[in-house]
Amino acid sequence: MSEPQQPILEARGLAKRYGQVVALDGVDFELYPDEIVAVIGDNGAGKSTLIKALSGALQPDEGEIRLDGKRVRFRTPGDARSAGIETVYQDLAVAPSLDIASNIFLGREARRRGPLGLALRMLAKRSMRRDAARHLQELKIGVQSMGQPVENLSGGQRQGVAVARAAKWAERVAIMDEPTAALGVKETRQVIDLILRVRERGLPVILISHDMPHVFELADRIQIMRLGKRVAVVTPQTHTMPEAVAIMTGATRGELEQALIKEGPPAELPEEDA
Amino acid sequence: MTSETSAQPARAPSPLEWIRRFLAAPAVGPFLALLLTMAFFSLKSDRFLQGPNLSLVLQQVMVVGVLAIGQTLVILTAGIDLSVGTVMAFGQIVMTKFAIDQGFSPLTAIALGILACVAFGVLNGALVTGVRLPAFIVTLGTLNIAFALTHIVSKDLTYPPGTSGASTLPSQLLFFGRTFTVGHTEITYGVVLMFVLFGLAWFSLTQTAWGRHVYATGDNPEAARLTGIKTWRVLLSVYTVAGLMYGIAAWLLVSRTELGDPNAGQTTENLDSITAVVLGGTSLFGGRGTVIGTLIGAIIVGIFRNGLTLIGVEVIYQYLVTGVLVILAVAVDQLTHRRRL
Repeated sequence: MSEPQQPILEARGLAKRYGQVVALDGVDFELYPDEIVAVIGDNGAGKSTLIKALSGALQPDEGEIRLDGKRVRFRTPGDARSAGIETVYQDLAVAPSLDIASNIFLGREARRRGPLGLALRMLAKRSMRRDAARHLQELKIGVQSMGQPVENLSGGQRQGVAVARAAKWAERVAIMDEPTAALGVKETRQVIDLILRVRERGLPVILISHDMPHVFELADRIQIMRLGKRVAVVTPQTHTMPEAVAIMTGATRGELEQALIKEGPPAELPEEDA
Repeated sequence: MTSETSAQPARAPSPLEWIRRFLAAPAVGPFLALLLTMAFFSLKSDRFLQGPNLSLVLQQVMVVGVLAIGQTLVILTAGIDLSVGTVMAFGQIVMTKFAIDQGFSPLTAIALGILACVAFGVLNGALVTGVRLPAFIVTLGTLNIAFALTHIVSKDLTYPPGTSGASTLPSQLLFFGRTFTVGHTEITYGVVLMFVLFGLAWFSLTQTAWGRHVYATGDNPEAARLTGIKTWRVLLSVYTVAGLMYGIAAWLLVSRTELGDPNAGQTTENLDSITAVVLGGTSLFGGRGTVIGTLIGAIIVGIFRNGLTLIGVEVIYQYLVTGVLVILAVAVDQLTHRRRL
């Protein structure tokens, strides 16, 4: 995985403390074009703090974030959003009583052209619906009508709408924070296929998940976090699931090497662990 | 969700499906309730359906209707405003007192009265968004503050003092009580204004981004915030516009009663505005409802008051009936709109 390209999104030495608790302890992160990077770790490993820093939900105490090589500072989620980074949350962040098109365009409504839009600030409902329908069709999300309230959809379809919204507005990066945690097996499958289609469209994805089989199916690279540090970056080709879990849960280096002997050396062992 | 489902051709809905959709459409339930209410009272009283009586109903509705517009906005954001009645009473006293005692020009006095109500709206909104207090408690507090201010400012006097016969208030304050005639029925300008305000509210809620944001903020405030909507600004604007509505309602009330009465707006207006909103199908959970439903709900409330009087039910039993009515409407709301998320 020697990538000569510049990462789209990159973090160096991110640190965040809450009193005595060190949530992030000098964490690095890279996301390259067209890839899905999964971030895994036990509870309290710092993965959600890392994601919050990358999506502007919190500001790190130390370290820097670079977008296309340029240093950026996200003070709010809005800053990250206007830089082209969209986030999908696990708890179905949609407005259930609004229809699909309204949810896709929520906070970014298009106004009519001409005096109706300028003076009366009238919404361009028809063109937004058309636009939303085309977008969902491209992502192969089958719903009957853009005018139905999101609450009438299944959980998987609802999350599909949330992912579609992120994919529509994310110009650089889509972050998916446990997007399938609230879903059943079949619906999870639908969302996973959808994430793959989002990547195929050229949008790199950061995926946070507890579900190892899905992580190994989706991710090009897997960043493993433990105790606020990045302990390894592995790939599904070089590591097995049990190995990744061993690194995540802090198996000793000896145990790790035992495990690795059977599978060959890891592609990348991070410096922090040396 | 899958490509197979998207490939399915959309089937034409069956007649039964049409009926189901029709009944599920927002204002249909309230409208059917309105027809039932009208049918009931027209059977009980011959006078009920006559033009002059219906015109009277609308005159009685106009104040509560305009209050209910503000109440709808607040309830759509999952809040509630208990201060409607006393805030309106305060605005009414400011208008009449400044016009009579202080020698302000009538239009200035009206503007000051409306401004006083807007200030209460801003105060409600600031406390709900800035200090994050529950709307119920905030508006219970401002209910009492407005009540006290009304009596302090008016010194418990009605304006103009000791009125009997023709009102001595400047004509501008009474404008919305004036009538014009269509056919044989007199219609007041206040009723026209009420319909115009309902039209404006409908437009803002359904045709503008602001309206979408009001619904989203009431529906799922966290999701709204995460999509970049400044929910505090939406809430503040809602309470401010609600205050403006109460101010206009104060003007309508002065036009109708031809005086500023410190004891107005204390009992029926609060509950009636909430009853109108809930009867109109707006959910107390927020995020669901229409202003057209509220208009129908306000008319139902008006018809109940008018109809019960026509068939000779004592006033105290009217309170009983409206109390039962609002609880029934809320129960229906609970059963149909219980959160599915």
